[in-house]
Amino acid sequence: MLFLSQCINGLQLGSIYALVALGYSMVYGIIRLLNFAHGDVIMIGAYIALLTIGAGVNPALAVVLTILGCVFISVLIERVAYRPLRSAPRISLLITAIGISLLLQNLAQLLFSANTRPYPGAAIIPTKALRLGALSLSLSTIVTILVSVGAMTALHLLIQKTRIGKAMRAVSEDTGAAQLMGIDINKVISVTFAIGAALAGMGSVLFCCRYPIVNPNIGSMLGLKAFVAAVLGGIGSIPGAVVGGFAIGFAEVLVTALGFSAWTDAVVFVILIVVLLFKPAGLLGRGVAEKV
Amino acid sequence: MKHYRQIPFFLRYIINAAVLVGFLLLGNGILSSGVMNRAQSSVVLQIGIYVLLAVSLNVATGYLGQLPLGHAGFMAIGAYTAALIWKALPGKSPAVIVLGLIAGGLLSAVFGILIGVPALRLKGDYLAIVTLGFGEIIRVLIINLPGITGGTPGLMSIPKHSSFLVVYITVIVSCVLIHTLMKSRHGRAILAIRENEIAAEASGVNTTFYKVLAFTVSAFFAGVAGGLYAGYTGILTPGNFTFMTSINILVMVVLGGLGSMAGSIIAASILTALPLALQSFNKYRMVIYALLLIVVMIFKPSGLLGRYDFSLSRILEKIINGQLFKKSQKAGEEHA
Repeated sequence: MLFLSQCINGLQLGSIYALVALGYSMVYGIIRLLNFAHGDVIMIGAYIALLTIGAGVNPALAVVLTILGCVFISVLIERVAYRPLRSAPRISLLITAIGISLLLQNLAQLLFSANTRPYPGAAIIPTKALRLGALSLSLSTIVTILVSVGAMTALHLLIQKTRIGKAMRAVSEDTGAAQLMGIDINKVISVTFAIGAALAGMGSVLFCCRYPIVNPNIGSMLGLKAFVAAVLGGIGSIPGAVVGGFAIGFAEVLVTALGFSAWTDAVVFVILIVVLLFKPAGLLGRGVAEKV
Repeated sequence: MKHYRQIPFFLRYIINAAVLVGFLLLGNGILSSGVMNRAQSSVVLQIGIYVLLAVSLNVATGYLGQLPLGHAGFMAIGAYTAALIWKALPGKSPAVIVLGLIAGGLLSAVFGILIGVPALRLKGDYLAIVTLGFGEIIRVLIINLPGITGGTPGLMSIPKHSSFLVVYITVIVSCVLIHTLMKSRHGRAILAIRENEIAAEASGVNTTFYKVLAFTVSAFFAGVAGGLYAGYTGILTPGNFTFMTSINILVMVVLGGLGSMAGSIIAASILTALPLALQSFNKYRMVIYALLLIVVMIFKPSGLLGRYDFSLSRILEKIINGQLFKKSQKAGEEHA
């Protein structure tokens, strides 16, 4: 029974990582950028929910505002900081992404102070537990898993069945050729950032309901682990991000259950290094032959 | 065209050595005469340590064109190794000090190879994320091995070996070693990889070997700088070696100029001294750093000094030829 409840625990954590990892993977697939600021967008989302609910806004509306806020910030970052550097060397783009991440963290620290505050998770998802025999499931666990599965299914349909999804696939395959076919690259990239940020917004709400604290640094570790999940599954691959997210979630729950909770962060990164040693393209990634 | 007079090489070395010794005597004189108070003289030591950190990171970032984000991890390895050796071996003899610094650098270099081999075989940005993870692993190890490292409260009462003389000589020797490496055939191979990896490989450069070499050299000197840091503070805690420390060093390198040693030295000096001079500015420091990073990347991606490197002899040659204020003419080409 303990095993089963730990599995569900892993499923909950894994689905949050998967949601966030999808954002990393989609952006990397399209412009080959490790968007370091993704985790910090999640942190901003947490503050939006905290402040709006604190101001008496209906929690459902606050969730919507969180997601919209994340989308707005992410698209703005792409427009202001990443677009001018699209043809610059990769290292410049990467340093800019780190700069944005630093900027968001430190602005949040200036605006909201570095103090850790409680997150009104109970207002969004009531703390109730369902009993299935001896197994007790919290409502937030069920909501997390259902929302994540729903969002991933919707994303899959969007990418495979719609026009914009087709354009996204084309741009990630070959940007130049896609442009020649009349695809508006800028629009596709903005939409990709927006979708990734919407998933991050959901991830923000679900993550903060599980760990109900907010401070300017919550996004960085979550972002890093989700990024590891994306690399583990094969960066640029959507199913890979999901698989990687669940793998990292389960690994973390397992390490904690075995009594080594102080080591979880280290274990996640060791997994990353080992995977890169033996399967550099990730579990589901395709190795791409290099063109000279 | 008039003959362009050049300074012979042995004379150049003598001039450079004389200037360095002059600075050493000047600095030592100022510090021992007591003109500066304790806080000011500790800033001088900090500048030296950060200069070495920035110059060593520049090897991997500026010269090789990779982006390691775990420089604080290498610094931590060097710092803890040197500290443990110094604690075990009493005395203040130069041999003990040098042993600690070199052992710290070597252990750090070993980790550099361990990390560099898997990460640098891959194309793309994997090095950034693997080194980032490495930095975190090191920190978790330090926290969770209190028997060796002192854990979260820290490693206390480390002998304070980092006098001005030790820091100055270490920094100068390290910079000279890095400089000569970059001017050698191996340095040119490293630069070739930065310019175009495929072309370098096609020209017979063993790219993986040279990438790992440059990365290891960078790790080695970060370890040495860590040793200096341990001897400067006398107490090490895991909080000294966070991701933010790595980013601080990266900001110095990027602002100074990717691939410019003079740039790294200047930026490290200014960015270390400025926050201590302007205490009230501390609150906004990180916001300003972040904005600077973004703005510099958008408008001048090669950093403020670009790849310019300072050469005293070149300036002297211009003076003796009366061309100091003329547009730079390449001395070698003119001569030929």
